[in-house]
Amino acid sequence: MENEFVDLETRKIENKPIDPSQVKGWGVDADPENDPTYPMRMRGSKDEHAGYSWERPPPQPIDVEVLHSNERPNVSSTFGTSTPPAGLSGMIRRRAFNFSENSYGHWVPLMLADRIGMVEGVVSDLAHGHVPNIFGEMGLKAEWKHNRTGLLMKIGAGALVTAAVITVVRSRRQDSDE
Amino acid sequence: MLAMNYRGPRRVRIDQKPEPEILHPQDAIVRVTRSCICGSDLHLYNGSVPDTRVGMTFGHEICGIVEEVGQGVEKLKTGDHVLVPFNIACGKCVFCQQEMYGNCHESNPEATAVGGIYGYSHTAGGYDGGQAEYVRVPYADVSPTIIPEWMDLDDAVMMTDVVPTGYQAAEMGGIQPGDTVVVFGAGPVGIMAARCAWLFGAGRVIVIDHVDYRLEFVRDYAPAEVYNYKELGDVVVFLKKTTDWIGADVCIDAVGAEATGRVMQTLLGKQLHLMGGAATALQWAINGVRKGGVVSVVGVYGPIGTLVPIGNVVNKGLTLRGNQASVKRLLPRLMEHVRNGIIDPKALITHRIPLEEVAEGYRMFSAKLDNCIKPVLIPPRARS
Ligand SMILES: NC(=O)c1ccc[n+]([C@@H]2O[C@H](COP(=O)([O-])OP(=O)(O)OC[C@H]3O[C@@H](n4cnc5c(N)ncnc54)[C@H](O)[C@@H]3O)[C@@H](O)[C@H]2O)c1
Ligand SMILES: [Zn+2]
Ligand SMILES: [Zn+2]
Repeated sequence: MENEFVDLETRKIENKPIDPSQVKGWGVDADPENDPTYPMRMRGSKDEHAGYSWERPPPQPIDVEVLHSNERPNVSSTFGTSTPPAGLSGMIRRRAFNFSENSYGHWVPLMLADRIGMVEGVVSDLAHGHVPNIFGEMGLKAEWKHNRTGLLMKIGAGALVTAAVITVVRSRRQDSDE
Repeated sequence: MLAMNYRGPRRVRIDQKPEPEILHPQDAIVRVTRSCICGSDLHLYNGSVPDTRVGMTFGHEICGIVEEVGQGVEKLKTGDHVLVPFNIACGKCVFCQQEMYGNCHESNPEATAVGGIYGYSHTAGGYDGGQAEYVRVPYADVSPTIIPEWMDLDDAVMMTDVVPTGYQAAEMGGIQPGDTVVVFGAGPVGIMAARCAWLFGAGRVIVIDHVDYRLEFVRDYAPAEVYNYKELGDVVVFLKKTTDWIGADVCIDAVGAEATGRVMQTLLGKQLHLMGGAATALQWAINGVRKGGVVSVVGVYGPIGTLVPIGNVVNKGLTLRGNQASVKRLLPRLMEHVRNGIIDPKALITHRIPLEEVAEGYRMFSAKLDNCIKPVLIPPRARS
């Protein structure tokens, strides 16, 4: 079965006829009640309109620095303790949390902090006597194994661009020397 | 222990890190036996999610053996082999009480719009994830589920995210018998959404992507009619034509922020990061669905705005629905489907990768090398 609106000349994958009634499990969960207005939340539970009043799970002791959204009054009962804010990126993150999730003042500085964090990561690697193996971290071994031509072409293109830039810069220099 | 370590956009490595500890009475420590790389991890990997800190360990699709439990844990004990749903859910808040386990209010201090998720930046709670030998699992009595004896470990790990997410994508479509359902994205989530659309009685299931090996897979697996958008010209016009000029009844966005296909979306959403991602698939979904139709969004976007034709949502009277999958809510039904052979999750797993080769794993999945659909990382101890 092919679709009359698709150019068969260029099409690579051929479709096959499907008879829905033969598809395994067809209609097992069909539910006419699930029309588009069906809510995901289960209405009618007793606390639905009681605000932030539920009996909270015991709080996780806060012994690392945790930033919390100003759209809530507190730190949630559990939280992750991975990579607390530190360094310059940490300072930016702390300030970002003065702004709500509704504000670019929150998200843009966080993105900036992420980029700074990347540089801090390299610095910290070097400080610990570890020269990061960037190619290894990029998983280029996988490209080498499964996409060698593509990888070589990318490297080739990179080399060409670099060569072109060097040539242009050199000729400019020569121009200005004259 | 060995753990994945994020170093910056498209750079990850394996490192030695301290083992996690019990920090809360309802915590468990789980020794990981399987953890997947997910399309959601690619948003982190590409540096698109704000507050993704260098040094974090990713990984939210986890199976493992309970190593230690906090004093408040009653249902789990040391030695239990569990699958760990990707949502961290307290079970007590008003949202968990309404089975919105993907929207818990007591698991993420950093943002109110999203619940806690393992290894998913500080915007989702700052938890180190399961692409490691051990992981801390909060609220261990709520979501983690003992893997039944009959269930294959590879099936189990797919139950932590891909299967429930694909299923919920179809469920949120409010599919009625005979409906034409269009799924954008033939990644693991889109493949599962296409499979599940039939369970709700779809009359026709169409999948759109631009990666042929994935389209071929879903064509046979779901099954589905498949189209490479690069061969269609204008995707929306094609969808109109093929539905006798009406539009699809239901469109599912199983692509999210990394979408390709439109220059403006790619530039603003992926290169300049001025939007919460490229909303190309969502745009096609909104414009390709019929009037009064439903657009179901499981593709993940960042927290700032994205470019979508909201005017058409109004003019066409559309229902837009989206969520993080509520894994725990769906598990009982989906376990039955797996048991009855209606869903075959492990068929999507194409690569079993040693945890130590996590950098290559990310590259392979991200660049779609070696016909990769779903990669699973296996720590050394789980391989012997
Ligand atoms: N809501 C949830 O609970 C939840 C859970 C898991 C994953 N997700 C999200 O679902 C999405 C898909 O996840 P996945 O693991 O399948 O990822 P994936 O990256 O493997 O798959 C995405 C697919 O979309 C295709 N694609 C790109 N642009 C497209 C376009 N314009 N039209 C059609 N297809 C296009 C890609 O080629 C790829 O095959 C991601 O955004 C992920 O974050 C959401
Ligand atoms: Zn996932
Ligand atoms: Zn909760």
